Amino acid sequence: MYPETFRYTKEHEWVLVEGDTGTVGITDHAQKELGDIVYVDLPKLGITLAKGATFGSVESVKAVSDIYAPISGEVLETNSLLAGAPEKLNEDPHGAAWLVKIKLSDPSEIEQLMTVSEYQSYIGA
Amino acid sequence: MSDSAALRVTPLNAVHRASGAKMVDFGGWDMPVQYSGIIDEHNTVRTAVGLFDVSHMGEIEIRGPQALDLVDHISSNWAAKLKIGQAHYSGLLYDHGGFVDDILVHKVADDHFFICVNASNQDKDYEHIVAQHAAAGFDCTVENAGPKYAQLAIQGPKGPATLQKLTGVELAPIKYYHFTDGIVCGIPARIARTGYTGEDGFEIYIAPEEAPRVWGEILAAGAEFVIKPIGLGARNTLRLECKMALYGHEIDATLTPLEADLAWIVKFDKPAFVGREALLKQKAAGITRKLVGFEMVGRGIGRDGYEVRLNGEPVGWVTSGGPAPTLGKNIGLCYLPVAAAEPGQTIEIMVRNQPVEARTIPTPFYKRAK
Repeated sequence: MYPETFRYTKEHEWVLVEGDTGTVGITDHAQKELGDIVYVDLPKLGITLAKGATFGSVESVKAVSDIYAPISGEVLETNSLLAGAPEKLNEDPHGAAWLVKIKLSDPSEIEQLMTVSEYQSYIGA
Repeated sequence: MSDSAALRVTPLNAVHRASGAKMVDFGGWDMPVQYSGIIDEHNTVRTAVGLFDVSHMGEIEIRGPQALDLVDHISSNWAAKLKIGQAHYSGLLYDHGGFVDDILVHKVADDHFFICVNASNQDKDYEHIVAQHAAAGFDCTVENAGPKYAQLAIQGPKGPATLQKLTGVELAPIKYYHFTDGIVCGIPARIARTGYTGEDGFEIYIAPEEAPRVWGEILAAGAEFVIKPIGLGARNTLRLECKMALYGHEIDATLTPLEADLAWIVKFDKPAFVGREALLKQKAAGITRKLVGFEMVGRGIGRDGYEVRLNGEPVGWVTSGGPAPTLGKNIGLCYLPVAAAEPGQTIEIMVRNQPVEARTIPTPFYKRAK
């Protein structure tokens, strides 16, 4: 369920680092807690995110939740799939429904994030 | 997580938990917000049938020779116009015209009225009615009867067919906002053709200890129509599409029925009722703000409490807002200055500090085909 290659935050984001690029999404646990997702607000390309800062929001039928940058860096790409099909976040949160790709400014930050086993015990899975 | 030990529960709490419903603190009650998912549940009620546990709702019963006099004293609609077996929507108002609560008044007999009230308001409502009763001195009794009833709502186009399998009472002749007492699943029930979804269906009031069994029998009876249990999340999207008010959102102690576009529940022809003088004054002076529907034009969702602007100036607030699954757009209700409260007005809703364009539109947003 939760990929070994991802790192996780307490706010239920995941990040996959490949080279100096980090792909960021929300976890399956997060999408389940949110319920039917109807709207995703993502940042503009090129802006620089600081680790822990809000960079967008995910809205379910009932509520709005902020999404926080798990790592610092510049936004290289946002997932255009989500504007027209936000429900993909419920269906494939660890795959097709990634949120943003970030050019890491400090790759060592990744070590501060939870491993899969730490995250699973965090959510009681 | 909230302290569930402090929350009130319905007789079906264990059933909800066992079925994997997601539970939330709703005004002090531990209630299911969703089972299969809000959109799926919403669509189930619009197209088939859904079953709701609304046992958290309160009931207040007024009995005695002057029961009608007390009801018509505390309620803004006109209970004297009700026939036995008929119900209507009304306001329980303060002297200043604001809402204590919105209520459903059922006339059971000439000397017996059954009032369905909001869960988190039931004790406040009861105390308000008792105080009004003490001051006015009518010959009747007031009972805070919430714990005596479980309330289930069977809503959707297949609602009547589902319930009909479980009762010998012929349901077809029961008209909208009418009710009868009869046997459902072998026990006495009050069977009312009312609801909070905009669909056909019934609400039944039964003994709480029977609720788990009756819940199961309704689900079994509705299986052929693919009935599903429905949580408060879909209850909210369903009522919002029909522009039904929710206390604490469209109405509260600071808002009057005239402002809330509910003038039809205020019967000024009735000589006296609590709040009449204040509302007459407000009517003569003219209201300054009014509840109006809107749809989002820009990308974003106007949510409860968001500021509404007109040409950059703050002028009002969103009372309820969110996606309308049946309509496939984002809708909401907001208070606006009367001059701007006509359909077709462009407004801006401050979504997370960014103005997003919206437009006022006629309500209800959704009306079922008859």
